[in-house]
Amino acid sequence: MSWMVWTVPTAIFFSSIAAMLAGMTVWEIMSPTVERKGFLPIATTRGDRLFIGLLSAAFIHLGVIGFTSLSIWIALAVSAVWLLVLMRWG
Amino acid sequence: MNNKVPNNRAWLLVLPMLVLVAFSAIIPLMTVVNYSVQDVLGPNARFFTGTEWFQSMLNDDALQAAFLRQISFSLIILAIQIPLGIGIALIMPKRGWQASAVLILITLPLLIPWNVVGSIWQIFTRGDIGLMGWGLRELGIEYNITRNAGDAWVTIILMDVWHWTPLVAMLCYSGLRSIPEAYYQAARIDRASKWAVFRYIQLPKLTNVLVIAVLLRFMHSFMIYAEPFVLTGGGPGSATTFLSQSLTTMAVGQQDLGPSAAFSLIYFLVILLVSWVFYTTIMNMQKDKPPHGGA
Repeated sequence: MSWMVWTVPTAIFFSSIAAMLAGMTVWEIMSPTVERKGFLPIATTRGDRLFIGLLSAAFIHLGVIGFTSLSIWIALAVSAVWLLVLMRWG
Repeated sequence: MNNKVPNNRAWLLVLPMLVLVAFSAIIPLMTVVNYSVQDVLGPNARFFTGTEWFQSMLNDDALQAAFLRQISFSLIILAIQIPLGIGIALIMPKRGWQASAVLILITLPLLIPWNVVGSIWQIFTRGDIGLMGWGLRELGIEYNITRNAGDAWVTIILMDVWHWTPLVAMLCYSGLRSIPEAYYQAARIDRASKWAVFRYIQLPKLTNVLVIAVLLRFMHSFMIYAEPFVLTGGGPGSATTFLSQSLTTMAVGQQDLGPSAAFSLIYFLVILLVSWVFYTTIMNMQKDKPPHGGA
């Protein structure tokens, strides 16, 4: 595994992604998702909304890192709130 | 309509594929992520740099320029190849030996490897021995892809159109062949014009293959490497240096693994976003249509 040059932050990052996927699987087994339409222009399932949330989180982080001098934690907080809003009302 | 029984055990059949993808894509991608936050000098000498590489890559003028060039290139390619491919598919013979002959002729460019295509066009456009270069010079037109950025661009676009329009044409041709004759009969009864037949029968029926064509052509052109590399080497200056070439220069040429890892992740995210937007838009366009109109 040493060739993968792991660091603690990236390990935490991938663990959270894995945990999210596992959580989504359990959730899906407990109560299967229903495609519905929220404030997004398209009808989405839970998985769609998670994907949209994660992808926009990536771009929020890139924007904050590249073009502002704000802390990356602000990007993380904004992304987390956005992901929750998206999952609930998207 | 939908009386299939959902059975999630079918997912187990996907497992072997998942293992393969893990080895060929997911684990390497994770390694790229790890590299992107560090300065790796050797097995035991690496330093955590955090978001530094991302910051410098996003603010790199040369990369921003390459990114804009890349976007323009892909858009031009799509704007030319999709209509042209549909047009070619419409006039291709439908049956008999002519159909087979035309199919084979049209497929030929697709069989040629990328770097060979680059070499063919490199020689073709040379002023001394290339037919096109020599011909244009004899006609008194100044044409030099190593000196004039405009010439280089036109040539690269021509080359890509020559190499890849056949793919669009073939996809559209197969789409057109799958339209039942009854649709055309109905159109004839209505005395529909050629345009109406195209607009209300052929084009809607082509949506599915066009989704694939647009996606494939976008992804191909967005990561184009060997052809312009062989043809112009990214020049004149950096006029035709596209993203993948900037990346290769950085990663393989200069061994700047950290910055190029950060850069490839940004590249990857852009491709992911664009592909997803394309796919979702087109799939939703179909969903909104009444069932009898859609493909």
